[in-house]
Amino acid sequence: MPLVDSVFAPWDDSDQKPLIRFRNVTKRFGDFTAIDNLTLDIFAQEFFALLGPSGCGKTTMMRMLAGFENPTKGAIELAGQDIAGVPPNKRAVNMMFQSYALFPHLTVQDNIAFGLRRESRDSNFISERVSEMLKLTRLEKFARRKPHQISGGQRQRVALARSLAKAPKLLLLDEPLGALDAKLREATQFELMDIQEKTGTTFVIVTHDQEEAMTVASRVAVMDEGRIMQVATPEKIYEAPNSVYVADFIGDVNIIPGTAKAAGPDHYEIDWAEGREPLHAISKKDFAEGQSCHLAIRPEKVAIHAEHPAADNAVLGKVLDIAYLGNLSTYHVQLPTGEIIKAQVANTRRVSRRDYTWEDQVWVSWTKTAGVLLDQ
Amino acid sequence: MTRLSLFNVVSLTFGFVFLYVPMLILVIYSFNKSKLVTVWAGFSTKWYSELLANDAFLDAAWVTVKVAVLSSSIATVLGTMAAYVLVRGGRFFGRTLFSGMIYAPLVMPEVITGLSLLLLFIGMGLDRGVLTIVLAHTTFSMCFVSVVVSSRLMTFDNSLEEAALDLGASPLEAFRLVTLPIIAPAVISGWLLAFTLSLDDLVIAAFTSGPSATTLPMKIWSSVRLGVSPEINALSTILIAMVTIGVVAASLASKQAALRAKRDEQKAARMT
Amino acid sequence: MGQLDKNGRRAAGPMKRAILIAMPYTWLLALFLIPFAVVFKISLSDIELSIPPYTPTMKDGLWNMLSRLDFENFVFLTQDDLYWKAYVSSLRIALISTVLTLVVGYPIAYAMARAPEQWRPTLLMLVILPFWTSFLIRVYAWIGILSNEGFLNKFLLWIGLINEPLTILNTNAAVFIGIVYTYLPFMILPIYSALDRLDGSLIEAAEDLGCSRIKAFWLITIPLSRNGIIAGCFLVFIPALGEFVIPSLLGGSGTLMIGKVLFEEFFSNRDWPVASAVAVVLLLILIIPIVLFQHNEQKQAEADT
Repeated sequence: MPLVDSVFAPWDDSDQKPLIRFRNVTKRFGDFTAIDNLTLDIFAQEFFALLGPSGCGKTTMMRMLAGFENPTKGAIELAGQDIAGVPPNKRAVNMMFQSYALFPHLTVQDNIAFGLRRESRDSNFISERVSEMLKLTRLEKFARRKPHQISGGQRQRVALARSLAKAPKLLLLDEPLGALDAKLREATQFELMDIQEKTGTTFVIVTHDQEEAMTVASRVAVMDEGRIMQVATPEKIYEAPNSVYVADFIGDVNIIPGTAKAAGPDHYEIDWAEGREPLHAISKKDFAEGQSCHLAIRPEKVAIHAEHPAADNAVLGKVLDIAYLGNLSTYHVQLPTGEIIKAQVANTRRVSRRDYTWEDQVWVSWTKTAGVLLDQ
Repeated sequence: MTRLSLFNVVSLTFGFVFLYVPMLILVIYSFNKSKLVTVWAGFSTKWYSELLANDAFLDAAWVTVKVAVLSSSIATVLGTMAAYVLVRGGRFFGRTLFSGMIYAPLVMPEVITGLSLLLLFIGMGLDRGVLTIVLAHTTFSMCFVSVVVSSRLMTFDNSLEEAALDLGASPLEAFRLVTLPIIAPAVISGWLLAFTLSLDDLVIAAFTSGPSATTLPMKIWSSVRLGVSPEINALSTILIAMVTIGVVAASLASKQAALRAKRDEQKAARMT
Repeated sequence: MGQLDKNGRRAAGPMKRAILIAMPYTWLLALFLIPFAVVFKISLSDIELSIPPYTPTMKDGLWNMLSRLDFENFVFLTQDDLYWKAYVSSLRIALISTVLTLVVGYPIAYAMARAPEQWRPTLLMLVILPFWTSFLIRVYAWIGILSNEGFLNKFLLWIGLINEPLTILNTNAAVFIGIVYTYLPFMILPIYSALDRLDGSLIEAAEDLGCSRIKAFWLITIPLSRNGIIAGCFLVFIPALGEFVIPSLLGGSGTLMIGKVLFEEFFSNRDWPVASAVAVVLLLILIIPIVLFQHNEQKQAEADT
């Protein structure tokens, strides 16, 4: 099991120098701006995820790191050196391609050895290193096969072995698990994390699958339209998103818009509907009197009751829909104002003995620390 | 499994009969004892022996093969370069003209190409002979090679080249070690196409050759202008046989390779 | 350091890239384009009993040469009946041959595209095989078939269809047959390729909506194979216009084709300036079809990617 390393946090350490620096990088393709004035630091030995929908610019960032694109403006530094003029074959960066890009006319071991041969190392070193890689990715039996003679999962491992063979400072992974089926994907996620820790390489992964990013990454950068919306650890991204976009992109969330009114130190009252009790939230962020805001609450933090509970926040509603997911049930509760709140409850009892059913009048509640108050 | 309608079967039959009967007739009559081609006088291989004893024909055949090998080899190199430039070269000054110069020779009437090249050689003071024919054949062949190779390059997965670069290969190494081996079948068929075009060419050779260099088509031409000739029938049969064996062999080989690859993939998909 | 182009993409070392472009480019400029300039210049010269058989030449000095060039030969072309008749006749023969080749080739390509999957490689091979066989020999074969004592007449007499041998050889009819025969693969392959890519479910959708078989063919199949038809027609028409071998071997003295005229003008009459003028005019006639052909090919190539 990988360690959730609360000690590994070089981004919090002001003495640590980042391995990769994007400084005010802009990238334009003709009229289209793919990356807009982006600044980002990535530290050594991180497993960093670039997460976002298609077209957000994450692949462009990766290709700029690999050397297949160059920034229109700004600079990219690798280990303190500006890499703008350096062609891809001269960078200490290797990439694992989405399509794997295995050389069909070479065997598995020749594929892995390809990068090493370009460095003109002696053949002993090369064959040793290739065996090491084969062992690392459990491909020893397939060394002499050609890519079309092995399965999709095995091809993926060859691609990984090939990109790690030269022990690069930085490994870029372009949607590496997209082509795998769900079970294999899960197993491979943990394998990747294992290998990353073992080899101590810095991984930058590009993905649109937020579950994947949350599972493997030490930090996640959520991107939209060429800009980074938030960079933080998975927990922070989930529990403390900085915008409605990020809150909505990751997992499921309830967003209630309203206006804020101070009601004590870090304590705000939110007017969200005419004639209704205001909601209460604790927020370290400052909100002006009457400033419009959004309250974001995760469904698993919303409890559901038959009677009015004694809670910081309680609202009456009607059960509109129930989504049964086996281990959980998500209740879609419609409030009198028309809004729908999702409450997620573990199925601790069998379905036939469900407490609430369609059309029931129920109360939903959450504490004042459960939600996050967002300004945009 | 679609069954063919009667109309389609008739079309196919008629089509292939039309294409092959003339050649078949040539082959049959090459064994005709009589010199009068259309009167069957018995089976004989004498025309073959006469042909093989005919030094002029053998010399011409040798010249033709020499020219074909040289011109198709140079044309393959130039044509592959041109294809790479067209497909991967992006924008550059004079690209439209270049593209035009690649496609025009594909359809240009040979009398025009032949005439223009001869006039150029004379203007340059070049002696006409094997060299000038090779230059001429290379020029139009490279365009055919370019079309064949660029059509392959366009379906070539660019990420393979990028992967090679990413792993430390220089652009030239990436081409030599990754792209070229993979597009090799297209390059080879380009070579074969250039070889055939050169072997077969009459008009351009007539314009650009000199007293020392007579090609086989030119010899055939001088014989057939006077009508049917039994030696030519024999020669035709030999050429048809060689081409048939070559094409059928190549076709079988590629079918085998495709079958083997398919089986390998199925085997791979079944494991794990 | 390399230059960055508009997209910030690095060229593979600008020097190497320049060499890569320059080599085929220079070759084609020198051996394809410049010869046309030479032809043009000679078309403006006069015939002379010398080696080379035209005047003026560079030896006379550049300005002297340029001042003595004139359009005399082009005027001559318009005056002598032979030439413009030959152009018109060539256009006519090429057009008719192209249409005939299309009519013969389309059903074959269509049948190939409808054939069972496993037959197709074999059928393709059978169509391509004649193409690899010597063109000259295949045209020559028709001499023995179409002559008065030839195979065709013998066969027709034998089955009693005719009483006297038909004169086909040395007429325009033989030229048509020859062109269709020789260029058939060029028409079949692009059409087959277009039909092969055609989605069969489109025909089924049309029939489901009430189209008869034949109507579906006219309304769906033909328009969608249009690109193949156009490519095939260009591949036949343009070279057929300047054909020399087929009219020489199969046509008669009455068969006027400009390719034959050019060849004879050059070799028999030794009138290089006039031959050059004939070539220039032919080239001018062909420029539009050639540009259209190239345009169509580029469009096809881009659409395929």
